[in-house]
Amino acid sequence: MSGATRPGLRAWLLAEEPTSRAQARAAAWYQGWLKLRANTLAMIGLAILILLTVCAILAPWLATHDPFAQDLAQRLKPPGWEGHIFGTDSLGRDIYSRLLHGARISLYIVLLVALVAPALGLLIGTVAGYAGGWIDVLLMRLTDIFLAFPRLILALAFVAALGAGIENAVLAISLTAWPPYARIARAETLTIRNSDFIHAIRLQGAGPARIVTRHVWPLCVSSLVIRVTLDMAGIILTAAGLGFLGLGAQPPSPEWGAMISEGRKYLLDHWWVATIPGIAIFTVSLAFNLLGDGLRDVFDPKESAR
Amino acid sequence: MSEPHLLDVENLWVRFPTRTGVFEAVRGISFSLGRERLGIVGESGSGKSMTGRAVLRLIRRPGTISADRMLMKGEDILRVSERRMRALRGGRAAMIMQDPKFSLNPVMTVGEQIAEALRAHAPIGRKAARMRALEMLDEVAIRDPERVYDLYPHEISGGMGQRAMIAMMLAPGPEILIADEPTSALDVSVRLQVLQIMDKLVSGRGMGLIFISHDLNLVARFCDRILIMYAGRIVEVCEGGKLHEARHPYTIGLLNSAPDLLRPRPRLAVLERDPAWREAPSVSALL
Amino acid sequence: MNAIEIENLTVWFGAGPDRAEAVRGAALSIPRGASFGLVGESGSGKSTILRAIAGLIPTWSGRIAVEGESLQGARRDRAFHRAVQMVFQDPYASLHPRHTVDRMLSEVLWLHGFRDIDARIERLLSDVGLGRGFRFRYPHQLSGGQRQRVAIARALAPEPRILLLDEPTSALDVSVQAEILNLLSDLRAERGLTYLMVSHDLGVVGHLCQTTAVMRTGEIVEILDVETMRRLQPRHPYTRQLLEASIGLNLGARGAPAPAV
Repeated sequence: MSGATRPGLRAWLLAEEPTSRAQARAAAWYQGWLKLRANTLAMIGLAILILLTVCAILAPWLATHDPFAQDLAQRLKPPGWEGHIFGTDSLGRDIYSRLLHGARISLYIVLLVALVAPALGLLIGTVAGYAGGWIDVLLMRLTDIFLAFPRLILALAFVAALGAGIENAVLAISLTAWPPYARIARAETLTIRNSDFIHAIRLQGAGPARIVTRHVWPLCVSSLVIRVTLDMAGIILTAAGLGFLGLGAQPPSPEWGAMISEGRKYLLDHWWVATIPGIAIFTVSLAFNLLGDGLRDVFDPKESAR
Repeated sequence: MSEPHLLDVENLWVRFPTRTGVFEAVRGISFSLGRERLGIVGESGSGKSMTGRAVLRLIRRPGTISADRMLMKGEDILRVSERRMRALRGGRAAMIMQDPKFSLNPVMTVGEQIAEALRAHAPIGRKAARMRALEMLDEVAIRDPERVYDLYPHEISGGMGQRAMIAMMLAPGPEILIADEPTSALDVSVRLQVLQIMDKLVSGRGMGLIFISHDLNLVARFCDRILIMYAGRIVEVCEGGKLHEARHPYTIGLLNSAPDLLRPRPRLAVLERDPAWREAPSVSALL
Repeated sequence: MNAIEIENLTVWFGAGPDRAEAVRGAALSIPRGASFGLVGESGSGKSTILRAIAGLIPTWSGRIAVEGESLQGARRDRAFHRAVQMVFQDPYASLHPRHTVDRMLSEVLWLHGFRDIDARIERLLSDVGLGRGFRFRYPHQLSGGQRQRVAIARALAPEPRILLLDEPTSALDVSVQAEILNLLSDLRAERGLTYLMVSHDLGVVGHLCQTTAVMRTGEIVEILDVETMRRLQPRHPYTRQLLEASIGLNLGARGAPAPAV
């Protein structure tokens, strides 16, 4: 049955002459998907991320132990010890279960930052680029001020001011992460705003707000999405760094960075306590980077017309 | 008559694999180039530029070139090494592109570029190269070669840029010049001058010229033989002066669709494309 | 009342020592329903005049009046946008790469306050010779000629009375150029439009226009009707030079032997 409907759906998606708005949009997405699918590395990245998401959602069911349950008799046991797949930490908690629950926290942080920072950057960058003049100068100097600080230090300062905790960590990371997005968005806007299709819509009487939101944004979003996926690794690491310094997620929350921070004391004798969350961070960062590279190809403006 | 033709190309194909199948840009064309001016005319997508690039093996991967035979003065250029090919490019066959703005190096003076082109293909000293470059600039009718030698590409006009480009390409003394739309980016008034200079140099040195253009009238004026390409094939071969005797409906259509100031028509003839043209076998232009 | 009147128009870019004048003291008037050409070589300022009228360049002085209304700076009101529209040179650059034909046209129609958008889109597409099959395509799924037809449809959407044409066919193949030129003459005949067309091609101007201004380095050197041009009786030597260059290039067309070079 499915063999009969698939070619039909495929033909509908690849139709030369779409007959409705929905079909045209779906077809555009499908073309992008085909391009992404051809990139093996990007697909590996995507698979890892899907796996991570599934793990995070199903954490309560996949976990073998309560992530917070302490068992001091079983502390610092190596991987494979009596049902502890990745061993236990200094308080005898199961590292595998904590890793799964920690995935929820990491994803939560990453998604929030990925929504807030680029949105802020896009808004500031496009407004500065399109408006020009003193608005541009003002917004860009503001961006420079934020860029001048090392990211982790600035995030530290924000967290110190706002208080420790995941939400404040997210806010702090977002506030430090937006300037590069604003720069990119502004640079793109500067080239877009002098193109004929913007002149054409201006000649139809469209105002600046409409031009920026409907005509400039769709073209900036692709490069921002690429940049965000490439930055994801950095965001996870910054979050982990804040956690490591004790300013992000608070114990006993199983945030990956916090887990490494705890494990560092035992690094020489009980390597797994810090190494396993480290490998998790590394894998996820790598996955985001691979996906980001693949998306760059998909969004390449040199789309072939054939 | 024992000297081989400058070029003998038989059954040339240029293919590009795409997600939806193989795109054939050039589909089995055959032509020769003697010491003559050969025009290749067609619309965008006809494969004319790809033909010019294929002759110098300049098709970028994943594109592929295949041919039964592709001889440059008897040397099979499909089989020679990339190293030999680099010596042939520029040394024996040179190419001029559409816009001098993009083909001249923006951070080197015009004269240095010509001198460097010379030194890449002949073992001559710096001084000699400079002298020769100045001579070349003079030959392309640049009035003050000493001054222009030290100018950067953005400091000269398009017409002068294209003349400098011609000087640079002809400096190593190639026998074949491939000019791909050499004047399309120029103003009407300098177009003629640039073409006349190119024509004079090419004829004077007994070179072979491949002049690729979309402009049938222009090509007719400057070429001995004209190949008309459509969808990767040659649909007709004409003699330069006898364009009005062209018989293929595509050629006639192209001639009639251009508006002519001196012969106004209320409506321009619209070219009706016959699907059969695409499938008709390619006309041979071998000598 | 003239459709477009320009007096003593000077357009400049930059300020202070960097100020460069692209157009100096240009004057012309185009009666309603006429088709007027602006010819010249690159850098002559012909497109600049068009852009100043359209409100894309704020730095100009002199007087520009459209249908009797004098314009100021780069501000244009809704009435202007309904009366005057523009078709750009490069159809690859003038269509938003991520908008379908449908989205492009519906946005424009909506901006002009039309509410029977579906019916109007169908009519616009058929007016420019595109079938319904093109409605939901993206620009990259269209050929150059089809794109230019979409751009013309977009310009026609507000039912303008004046079209500014900036080299509308110079990026197209000759055979496609013929189709677009025919379309433009048909549209003018049907709707009584006024055209102001910029071109470097005397053949194109001669085909579509009755009167033409010849520009050189920012100045209009001569305004002459196309008949005079065709009889090769221009008054200004530069016009003659331009004519000779253009005809010289076309000599092969008549099958006449090319003069010795």
